[in-house]
Amino acid sequence: MARAVTTRTKAINTAVAWTLALVIFFPILYTIITSLKTESEAIAGFDLIPSFTIESYIAVQTQNDYFKPFMNSVILAVGSTILALIVAIPAAWAMAFSPTKRTKDILMWMLSTKMMPAVAVLVPIYLIFLRTGLMDTRIGLTVMLMLINLPIVIWMLYTYFREIPGEILEAARMDGASLWNEIVYILTPMAVPGIASTMLLNIILAWNESFWTIQLTTTNAAPLTAFIASFSSPQGLFWAKLSAASTLAIAPILIMGWFSQKQLVRGLTFGAVK
Amino acid sequence: MMRFANALLCASALSMLGTAALAETLTIATVNNGDMIRMQALTDDFTAKHPDIELNWVTLEENILRERVTTDIATQGGQYDVMTIGTYEVPIWAKQGWLLPLDNLGDDYDVADIIPAIAGGLSYEGKLYAAPFYGESSFVMYRTDLMEKAGLTMPDAPTWDFIADAARKMTDRENGINGICLRGKAGWGENMAFLTALSNAFGARWFDMDWKPQFDQPAWKNTLQSYVDLMNEAGPTGASSNGFNENLALFQQGKCGMWIDATVAASFVSNPADSTVADKVGYALAPDTGLGKRGNWLWAWSLAVPAGTKNADAAQTFVSWATSKAYLELVASKEGWANVPPGTRTSLYENPEYAKVPFAKMTLDSINAADPTKPTVDEVPYVGVQFVAIPEFQGLGTTVGQLFSAALAGQMSVDDALAQAQSVATREMTRAGYIK
Amino acid sequence: MATRQTQSLATIMRAPAIILLMIWMVVPLAMTLYFSFLNYNLLNPANTSWAGFFNYRYFYTDPAFFESIWNTLVLVLGVLLITIIGGIAIALLIDQPMFGQGIVRILVISPFFVMPPVAALVWKNMIMNPSYGVFADIAHFFGVAPVDWFAQYPLFSIIVIVAWQWLPFATLILLTSLQSLDGEQKEAAEMDGAGVVSRFIYLTLPHMARAITVVILIQTIFLLGVYAEILVTTNGGPGYASTNLVFLIYRAARLNFDIGGGAAGGIIAVVLANFVAIFLMRAVGKNLD
Repeated sequence: MARAVTTRTKAINTAVAWTLALVIFFPILYTIITSLKTESEAIAGFDLIPSFTIESYIAVQTQNDYFKPFMNSVILAVGSTILALIVAIPAAWAMAFSPTKRTKDILMWMLSTKMMPAVAVLVPIYLIFLRTGLMDTRIGLTVMLMLINLPIVIWMLYTYFREIPGEILEAARMDGASLWNEIVYILTPMAVPGIASTMLLNIILAWNESFWTIQLTTTNAAPLTAFIASFSSPQGLFWAKLSAASTLAIAPILIMGWFSQKQLVRGLTFGAVK
Repeated sequence: MMRFANALLCASALSMLGTAALAETLTIATVNNGDMIRMQALTDDFTAKHPDIELNWVTLEENILRERVTTDIATQGGQYDVMTIGTYEVPIWAKQGWLLPLDNLGDDYDVADIIPAIAGGLSYEGKLYAAPFYGESSFVMYRTDLMEKAGLTMPDAPTWDFIADAARKMTDRENGINGICLRGKAGWGENMAFLTALSNAFGARWFDMDWKPQFDQPAWKNTLQSYVDLMNEAGPTGASSNGFNENLALFQQGKCGMWIDATVAASFVSNPADSTVADKVGYALAPDTGLGKRGNWLWAWSLAVPAGTKNADAAQTFVSWATSKAYLELVASKEGWANVPPGTRTSLYENPEYAKVPFAKMTLDSINAADPTKPTVDEVPYVGVQFVAIPEFQGLGTTVGQLFSAALAGQMSVDDALAQAQSVATREMTRAGYIK
Repeated sequence: MATRQTQSLATIMRAPAIILLMIWMVVPLAMTLYFSFLNYNLLNPANTSWAGFFNYRYFYTDPAFFESIWNTLVLVLGVLLITIIGGIAIALLIDQPMFGQGIVRILVISPFFVMPPVAALVWKNMIMNPSYGVFADIAHFFGVAPVDWFAQYPLFSIIVIVAWQWLPFATLILLTSLQSLDGEQKEAAEMDGAGVVSRFIYLTLPHMARAITVVILIQTIFLLGVYAEILVTTNGGPGYASTNLVFLIYRAARLNFDIGGGAAGGIIAVVLANFVAIFLMRAVGKNLD
């Protein structure tokens, strides 16, 4: 079925793709390289070969323990994603398979809840968090992140679910399958890849959220974004340290991406559904 | 679910009570500058002396920290027991009654030892509301070798004309040497800190006694025009986005003949581990123009206790420890005198050991040359050398900074920038009710 | 087709999301709306008073107001253009057979994992700095004067940084769509003698239309709110060249702690954003049917 691909074409593809990928990846690569330099090397100009010192990592760890913010990041990102999925899957399902005249308006409205600039609503939210005792708690922040990303999650799921052919459902209904069975036995297996990739994307968005996670935490719930904010400094050049801290903050999610690569790709390929 | 979580919280709180009986926990918000990070590392000394007080650190980058603590104190959030704030915040917050006066610092604290210029900036109606952790001014750092090559000798107290002349002579663009590096990035704490301080030497002021903006006056025109001209002829490319760090990197790599910036920069540029020019740096006071004021600023990162704290006594105990003479000695014994937080106590500068630090005397002289209560030649209604201690200044200063950085980048004439600055300042001050 | 039972069930399934988002929208919006009619500075709470529409008038008469709206649009459109064209190109490329496809893919999507303030710092200091950035080194290598990015092309520089962050998102979504294109359809078109270009225009592009719509909608929402990158790199300068609407709100709400003014700006931003949204729905919404 597939065309025979010559090795030469493949080699050219490979060369072009790798060049492009490395250009795009370069700022991150350079951050990692810089994290392995000494501070004076870091500002000494362009150099791809560091002295492979881990002094910056040691300095970062002594100044600010990595483990606690790391755990907070994991809890916030995963927790808010699971919460969002619990709310979003039924909603997206309903919108995709029992659309009403207003479904599109509702979807648009959901997205528009993200349009209020965070800087403008900080004080109201801050006051609410203070009065309800949610300030600097993981529960408060998890709910917050869930609400922020909920519209996106619903959207992503909705578009995935829309791809699932309606004929299968109709056939099932003809056979007298109940709604419950329809969801559990037909839709879920088809939707799992889409849900998985939505989940991954949402974890990334939650991991990188760097306004609320800094403004609404002090010590107990502060995640890696706050950890980073303790290393970027307008007064004092600590690029090696900042690079080390950034590398530490990026690494978990990068590794997660690496390992979930297959699932991510399968989830993003609708071929399985069709 | 919620109830279960609460029960769990109570249980863990109880068990904590069991282990650490009656320990008070202080949450301390601080900036991530080197001296504060060193303090964090020396926490053990404090907890050894006060085993009943636990310390929780929140270390953040300066701008984020400022947003964070200001929101908290203004909403009576009570998230922090000790806050690190600057000379800009202290008068504004003290006026609102948000800070506790520091009247319980202990018998051996010696308040009178705090450098008067600094203490003046941290007091409101005669009471001290924040204790200085380190103080800084700004001065000229210059390359002794390049100065010699240009056939000039830097006086201890140069004039602006001398600086401008020297900068032009030192410039050697072929070899990547810029005569002078100055801040250009827009922002109230970036280019406006430098330019406001410099404008004092030119006899300019932000507002007259009726809070009328003064950007339409010749003194501001002279300040901005000579800054823009000099930077065009002797400054680095990309100057309009350079802040402290960018200039520090340039200077350390030997690309600047002179640099006028914070005195704390001296310890970076003279450190051979980071700087390629460590052994060729000289220091001089910030320039004047013969009008009686110099173009240097005054800033002190200070520790204050918010009025809402439940641990006021413990908080003062901590503030007292961190800003005491004993703390200076502690740092000296562990890391050497050069790493002691500078600029807070007169006694430090009387210490013969500390006098050996090359930039010690010049730092003290610079600090003493600034007077926050009388910053410029003419009388002004505000406090602050390189800022105006009113709540509206951060936003206004940043807008004016944007205009001035456009003038530096050549996208706007100096006259246009000043005219627009005058109009936005008038607008803002009218709105805020200063101009009746 | 759909029974009443499924309809009512669907309503129940939609309800939690709608109720939650309703609360999440209404409560802050109501508070913001209320604040926007007050003279309320957080640093001077004693002087709080009723302001009427003054905050709104003050906000839109700001000398930077119209330029900031223009900049906001340029920023959004610029980033969309780069990410969609770039995303399609990369998706097409990655879809080809090659060695190490998995690694290429992870390298390409990795910028998405970097927190915005870090990305801005890295680009500003290590890549674009005219004295010691990588671009300057490249310029020196070719013997040309390095470009002073943030002074000469401030908005464009920010667009580049933001586009770098969002390119992976666009690529991912577009790649998904591309891979779902039926192989047989492609082959049939090939058999019919359709060239690479016409296959792309008549087959691939229409197939990707919905994915492109999703990218446009979701990215627009995020791009309208960009300000961290501006804060780190140019602070809105030089002049107002890189000031967008959110930066103006930031200046009022977070630098001046002018809650009333910031709230008014926020309401104005929401109204304008909804205009954009309605326009977008008109323009591309049909792809979602």
